[in-house]
Amino acid sequence: MNNVGDFFAQYGSLLAQGTWDSVLMTLGATLFAYLLGIPIGVAVVVTDKDGLHPNPAVNMVLGWIVNIGRSIPFIILLVAIIPFTRLIVGTSLGIKGALVPLVIASAPFVGRMVEQSLKEVDPSLVEAAQSFGASNWQIIYKVLLKESLPSLIRGVAITCIAVFGYTAMAGTVGAGGLGDIAIRYGYQRYQTDIMIATIIISIVLVQLIQSSGDFAARKLDKRNR
Amino acid sequence: MIQLEHVSKIFIGSEREHTALADINLTIEDGDIFGIIGESGAGKSTLVRCINLLERPTSGRILIDGNDITKLSGKGLLALRRDIGMIFQNFSLFQQRTVLQNVMFPLELTHTPKAQAEERARELLKLVGLANLAESYPSQLSGGQQQRVAIARALANSPKVMLCDEATSALDTMTTHAILNLLRDINRELGVTIILITHSMNVAEAVCNRIAVIEGGTIVEQGETKVVFANPQATITRALLGIEGSAASGIAAEAAAFVAQESGVTASVEADLDASDCCEGAGE
Repeated sequence: MNNVGDFFAQYGSLLAQGTWDSVLMTLGATLFAYLLGIPIGVAVVVTDKDGLHPNPAVNMVLGWIVNIGRSIPFIILLVAIIPFTRLIVGTSLGIKGALVPLVIASAPFVGRMVEQSLKEVDPSLVEAAQSFGASNWQIIYKVLLKESLPSLIRGVAITCIAVFGYTAMAGTVGAGGLGDIAIRYGYQRYQTDIMIATIIISIVLVQLIQSSGDFAARKLDKRNR
Repeated sequence: MIQLEHVSKIFIGSEREHTALADINLTIEDGDIFGIIGESGAGKSTLVRCINLLERPTSGRILIDGNDITKLSGKGLLALRRDIGMIFQNFSLFQQRTVLQNVMFPLELTHTPKAQAEERARELLKLVGLANLAESYPSQLSGGQQQRVAIARALANSPKVMLCDEATSALDTMTTHAILNLLRDINRELGVTIILITHSMNVAEAVCNRIAVIEGGTIVEQGETKVVFANPQATITRALLGIEGSAASGIAAEAAAFVAQESGVTASVEADLDASDCCEGAGE
């Protein structure tokens, strides 16, 4: 590295593109993971033996799905489901190709996060809602999800950071992003300056995600005012 | 009129069965402030929860104006609960909603137009003396204020009956009196029948026109408050009133008096309590 100006002139756009790709993959995958994970988390809580609508069979099957999903190392899942990925989005490459394994890997994780958040809601609030004639759906929307919102938001930040880590792995099989750059330039071509740059960008991104999550959760939480 | 006929509730725990209520017979007239009094674990919480079917009786009938509610399910059950308000020991206010939104909650459930619901909620907040705190959050309020919000919320659907589950147990003496006065006003002015469970004879004496004393899941004594207080028959009633066990001779009476002195905590009673708590948890 002769000087910082030269470095950015040469690799600035590459790093910017990689960062943008990583951010897109992270946000996109987190969004879809929540679309799948919220129903999973809600269903686990609702079918629990102390839940609104106990159903041991459904609860057990959901538990298995979540645990199996979480026990496959991401790098294995990534390559194992390539045919499925091609079937869904037509390619296993690029951001589109990365989204499918990212969502499949993180949805069970989100399911657990949502489950934990909903279980923090004081059961007496559920009982109160029942005493006013709330249906189970109304309790899910108006009590469980609403009362756990700050906790859910904190979960989103944690999920985003985990998914960001996954995107780097996806980079190794053609997804692009910071992981791809770190492997191709930093590892294969021994360009330490690029490696360091990707690390610094990662640290900044994770910090940003965490602090905006904390900020939003604090803003939204109406307790302890 | 609410009639309980041979109501029993048995919780099936993992270890053993626990009879929370055994053959309860009660009649609560419209306009009553009916007190159900007993020690912790006596079954009074379960009893009051049977009236809006938060707990389903294992056997027996519960008639409200002649209709057996224990047959209800689905929409009929939700409709029944909307006609019965309930307040709780720890207020159970929604922490992420403002005071106003808390009171509007029961109205939201029935899809009442927002403007109408808000008007009704503000009216009720005025009734309980909290009109100026409508935009506050529960965590900003004192215990007494929170219970007032809970009372306003319980009244939102203009219920004919209000259930109070140890509503003043978490409050200090002054606040307790203020809340009891409010409940009495609501009973007189709105004609709401109030069923109040408490372990405190003072609370019962202050507001209830009739009381029933429950012990070990059985009603041991009931009648007009004045009559029961003037001439308590059951040992546990005497104990709750703090009368020495001389008239009701025997060790049981002495033990009961001791229980009263120790505010209901002796080793054996405590053990019993723990067992019943665990069974209730498993039965839910």
